[in-house]
Amino acid sequence: MAELGTGGNDTIAAKEQAGSGNRLYWLVALVLTILTLAEVAAVHIPALNPVIVPILVVLSAVKFVLVVMFYMHLKGDHRVYTAVFVAPLTLAVGAVIIMMLIIFKVLAYV
Amino acid sequence: MNHTAVAQGPNQHHTSTGLPMFKLGFWVFIGSETLLFGTLISTYMIYRGESVTGPFPKDIFSIPLTTFSAFVLLMSSLTMVLALAAVKRGDRKLGMRWLLTTAALGSVFLGFQAYEFTHFAAEGLTMGSNLFGSTFYLMTGFHGAHVSIGVFWLLALWLEGLRGGLGQDSAVRVEVCGLYWHFVDIVWIAIFTFVYLFEV
Repeated sequence: MAELGTGGNDTIAAKEQAGSGNRLYWLVALVLTILTLAEVAAVHIPALNPVIVPILVVLSAVKFVLVVMFYMHLKGDHRVYTAVFVAPLTLAVGAVIIMMLIIFKVLAYV
Repeated sequence: MNHTAVAQGPNQHHTSTGLPMFKLGFWVFIGSETLLFGTLISTYMIYRGESVTGPFPKDIFSIPLTTFSAFVLLMSSLTMVLALAAVKRGDRKLGMRWLLTTAALGSVFLGFQAYEFTHFAAEGLTMGSNLFGSTFYLMTGFHGAHVSIGVFWLLALWLEGLRGGLGQDSAVRVEVCGLYWHFVDIVWIAIFTFVYLFEV
């Protein structure tokens, strides 16, 4: 009986844990939706035109990080996974940044 | 029940780090995919505004339509992670339902992309019409191909569930499919901003 009781408690605890995990996923989805709407709203506000590029980059970076940390579970997963993802990501983001600097004439073609 | 057997499953070989080989290998694959899409987005960015003839992005982009399709793909990431959570706690039926929902949302996204490509082609934008057409179709086409593969993968897992599979021992395989799906989503987060919103 004691075993049954423990099993029941385990099941309840597991369900509660699953419930709170699912709530977190829904909350992240809500934040992602709000950020997407904020991005679209920002490009339609003329006053923000001078700073629109950094605003969009920051908002999309936050969305990116939220998906990677909470949906891809890198937040609580082993650091090796983070390393094998972040190393090439750094190269890719570096390439995009250099291209943008060239486009905006900060860097000249060699 | 042997919990170690359930947690590891029959197909999960481990590396010397103690991590599942399939999952670790897939993270390496995602890393390489990051470089691929980084290159495609960089190529688009460097040729941005360099087209001599139209149609130009401002002439043909529909931000409300693309915003909605981006929202659909974001929500498919939610349903994917809910599918994984259900499979992990042994709720096979709910897991299958969320997997099918994810595949359906992915198909809706592909439908929007097919409509967009058809509309753009009717407006005169082809791969050969200008630099914008070449870089845009290459980048978004690659992304669409990845979404298509993801939809087939999701349906394969759902069919496995129909045949009585998709127990807790399948959790790592569902998780890896989820990693692929979320990666496709984060690539679209970048494309939506750098390609579409930058043109408004």
